[in-house]
Amino acid sequence: MSRARTLRIDRIACTGQGLCAELLPELIDLDEWGYPVLKDRTVPDRLRAHARRAVAACPVLALHTDDDRT
Amino acid sequence: MTSSAAARFAPHPLAPGPGDPAARLLAGWYATGRPATLADHLRHYGPPPLASATGGRTPLPLAEAMTAAGLTGRGGAGFPTARKLGAVAARRGRCVVVVNAMESEPASRKDQFLIAVAPHLVLDGAVLAAMAVGADTVHVCLPRDRAAQYRRLSTAVDERRRARLDQVRLRLHALPHSYVSSESTSLVRWLNGGPARPQGGPPRTHERGVGRRPTLVHNAETLAHLALIARYGPAWYRQVGTPDEPGTLLVTVSGAVRAPAVLEVALGTPLATVLDRAGGATQPLRAVLLGGFAGTWLPAEQLRTPLTRHDLAPLGAAPGAGVLVALPEASCGLTETARVLTYLAAHSARQCGPCRLGLPAVAEDFTALAAGRADADLLSRLRRRVGLLPDRGACRHPDGAARLAASALHAFADDVDHHLTHGACPAAHRPPRLPVPPATAPETWR
Ligand code: SF4
Ligand code: SF4
Repeated sequence: MSRARTLRIDRIACTGQGLCAELLPELIDLDEWGYPVLKDRTVPDRLRAHARRAVAACPVLALHTDDDRT
Repeated sequence: MTSSAAARFAPHPLAPGPGDPAARLLAGWYATGRPATLADHLRHYGPPPLASATGGRTPLPLAEAMTAAGLTGRGGAGFPTARKLGAVAARRGRCVVVVNAMESEPASRKDQFLIAVAPHLVLDGAVLAAMAVGADTVHVCLPRDRAAQYRRLSTAVDERRRARLDQVRLRLHALPHSYVSSESTSLVRWLNGGPARPQGGPPRTHERGVGRRPTLVHNAETLAHLALIARYGPAWYRQVGTPDEPGTLLVTVSGAVRAPAVLEVALGTPLATVLDRAGGATQPLRAVLLGGFAGTWLPAEQLRTPLTRHDLAPLGAAPGAGVLVALPEASCGLTETARVLTYLAAHSARQCGPCRLGLPAVAEDFTALAAGRADADLLSRLRRRVGLLPDRGACRHPDGAARLAASALHAFADDVDHHLTHGACPAAHRPPRLPVPPATAPETWR
């Protein structure tokens, strides 16, 4: 059984400009100031690879995926 | 507390007497009318029941008593006290207790008043909590600009030290004062040598806080209640209030009432009765602001609502920090709200984009609306921007501002229409009612 993963943004670290939204438009929007809005926190299985790529691409390591099983 | 604040919020003849079951935290004060020394305190309440708090870290008799009493945090969030105690005690390693006496809410005086008249109740609660979770240190956090309060508490700490009352270390700290420095993570960050700005998580404070130790942060009033429950038991505590929300809370009543005051009221008391206890309204009311600057406007028609989380939830409101401000008919709720939002925007910690950029944008929109300078898109833009604030900061600051803005649009819906179609109402030009401090950014965070 696969475990649910959820997206989390470290709001203090995040500098906006939204590379993450480009790489994961299914789950992340940008507001009018360029800061991410999570459309859905839960990462569906089919988007796992995309989510991983977005996490890796954040220049300030502000985007995380958490294991939700606990 | 400054003497003017003390005078303004002193209990008055309409406040309950010592025989009133709702007079608990303030009972000693009502009895003598002067701040309690340690001798007064011990005479009135007896020594703190330290033995029942210790008893090893598991089981936790104090936490059990708090569960049975149903005590919730009086700082605003209303989290069950027992669960916080349990969460900290469950961690390994020495713990730390932090007393949050920052009371940064500009319309609130309750913690300042409580500390001025009954400092030992607060300190008793902190020491009992420390014994219960196995902490050796209690840090008391006060704002730097309240020198009188600092003196009062250090006198109290000295009295206890001389009497060898406590087995834990009590340390006072004077922190830079801004709206968000009373956030529990701000206190922890400051005690760790950083700025008094919210920190976000994880790890959470109860896991790794001051000195990387499990840390219990409680509001001053919560700890005073805890001290009384530890003495008199949960059944005593439940004699007033409602079955689901027992006990009393301190409410700071201000605005258009005859006798602004800090009152101790039973949970479940209708808002109108609370206003009556503050001498009643001086003129017909338009609305009340409940909870604080991050609270909710309630139209005057809703004043019969009992003061409980349960009854207020359907109205989108909560007791919050126990603030109740009466707004008279002849004033403009939109203008008042715009002033508060401008203050809240200036007092954000400027760390998170949605708060740093979103809050000023919302405040600006609101100011334009209040001044009757609205463009065609203003209302839809404002609603969208308000919707973008909640849940997007490292702390709940933007959520509170959004709650205030949304409730104003709702409670003053007629005025919104009027301002959009005809420009500002005549009341918008009257002198402001709410005591909003200047909207200048905090000078320092350290
Ligand atoms: S890529 Fe990182 S820093 Fe940029 S918006 Fe996304 S989370 Fe924020
Ligand atoms: S949400 Fe606002 S006040 Fe809270 S940490 Fe972020 S910038 Fe600071």
